[in-house]
Amino acid sequence: MTELLLSPLRRLGHTTINAIWRLGFITRFLLAILRYSGQSLLRFNLTIREIYFAGVMSVIIVVVSGLFVGMVLGLQGYNTLSRFGSADALGALVALSLLRELGPVLAALLFSSRAGSAMTAEIGLMKATEQLDAMSVMAVNPIARVVAPRFWAGVISMPILAAMFNVMGIFGGYLIGVVMIGLDSGTFWSQMQNNVDLHYDVVNGLIKSLCFGIAVTLIAVFEGYDATPTAAGVSAATTRTVVTSALVILAVDFVLTAFMF
Amino acid sequence: MSSDHFIEFRNVSFAYGERPILNNISLAIPRGKLVAIMGGSGSGKTTMLRLISGQIRPSAGQVLVDGRNVADMNHAELFEHRRRMGMLFQFGALFTDLSVEDNVAFPIREHTRLPDSMIHDLVIMKLAAVGLRGTQNLMPAELSGGMARRVALARAIALDPQLMLYDEPFTGLDPISLGVIAHLIKKLNDALGTTSIMVTHDVHKSLDIVDYVYFVSNGAVVAAGTPAEIRASPSPWVHQFMWGEADGPVHFAYPASTSLQQDLGLKGGQHD
Repeated sequence: MTELLLSPLRRLGHTTINAIWRLGFITRFLLAILRYSGQSLLRFNLTIREIYFAGVMSVIIVVVSGLFVGMVLGLQGYNTLSRFGSADALGALVALSLLRELGPVLAALLFSSRAGSAMTAEIGLMKATEQLDAMSVMAVNPIARVVAPRFWAGVISMPILAAMFNVMGIFGGYLIGVVMIGLDSGTFWSQMQNNVDLHYDVVNGLIKSLCFGIAVTLIAVFEGYDATPTAAGVSAATTRTVVTSALVILAVDFVLTAFMF
Repeated sequence: MSSDHFIEFRNVSFAYGERPILNNISLAIPRGKLVAIMGGSGSGKTTMLRLISGQIRPSAGQVLVDGRNVADMNHAELFEHRRRMGMLFQFGALFTDLSVEDNVAFPIREHTRLPDSMIHDLVIMKLAAVGLRGTQNLMPAELSGGMARRVALARAIALDPQLMLYDEPFTGLDPISLGVIAHLIKKLNDALGTTSIMVTHDVHKSLDIVDYVYFVSNGAVVAAGTPAEIRASPSPWVHQFMWGEADGPVHFAYPASTSLQQDLGLKGGQHD
């Protein structure tokens, strides 16, 4: 009976200690990345190469998703606004929804599934095939040579991808609102111009996406570096990257929104 | 042990958690010689290489390389030590996202400021040394296992190391590749004057090329000698290992806590 009661408690304790231990480890890992970032910034071609794989290769999925999300916003927004006779405000609605929330959050979710999972799998497989060990034995620090350039590539790419998502989303809203439904083009843009504040909306949205970029890329490189060096281990780490990133993005978004708006 | 020994293990013990791997082991590797460390899987051979390269630290004892204790080195000194060392990994560990040329050039680019044209020439020379000139634009996925191992060897000798560590260099190779790699290891050792340590369980091929052999079992040295001495050794360990026998001082079967009959549910089963 005592065992029956104690067993879940013991498991809870173990899980909690494990979670705190990992939090400590990921913090130390971030400090190590920052400490050994000199090379990825001085030899910037290393980082540019990773920006290509993580950022440029994600452009298509981000742009297409942005377009569709903007078009859906256009349809749903017009539907609701026209009930209150405010269809003219569609431009403002589309732009504010995208700039403040949907752009940074959805671009980050797409980035973590497309590029974050790839980073985890790549670093995990490099570990499993002794490539990280080989580098270390050649007196090259794997955190400086492999992890830091990927981290900075993610941090740099994320706000740019979110901005692209926003632009395409607004264009999608314009296509539906103005081209398809026939709202006045001048009203659409002027409403947007009057209601969107550069600092309050645009910059805050970019700050959000920068925070998501740091979180998502840190999780991706950490999970890869920490992966058990087997096929099952790398696969589990890749799944953890996508799941943890999604939860962290939404939680961080709530906290940032509470402070910003 | 004199200073002619490039590497010395002095009463070294090492354990992964509760599991002991090396148990008070002492051995010496002379400068410029090719020495094999042999033993079954899990006998602690690779652990010895990791101790020499400073990837792990012993729980007791000292590992001296050129008179310096590896465990006492700080981060910068350890990297300096590794710069003078080359290591061939069991499966090559080539960087899969880099071409053959970039793989071999990797340590040169990371540790020198040579112009690209000179690095290119050095890479061609190293590839020629392992018989793979002309493969520089291939990717690792396009190479056979034996070729990948030779590219990894070219990369390991890129900076003309004083010390070469070979981790199971013959595993999974066909007889021709095996012969070529063995010949290369011997040739490179003679030509470069490098001290080389080869961890292997390929007894017969190794005895043809090495200068000295240590047999390791359960984390301790059980036999040592020149290839001629080993071939003539009366040691039951050496005999079992040389001829691949299941019976002998090394137990092949895992020490199960129950008997076979008990596991199969048969009556009257006794522990075997």
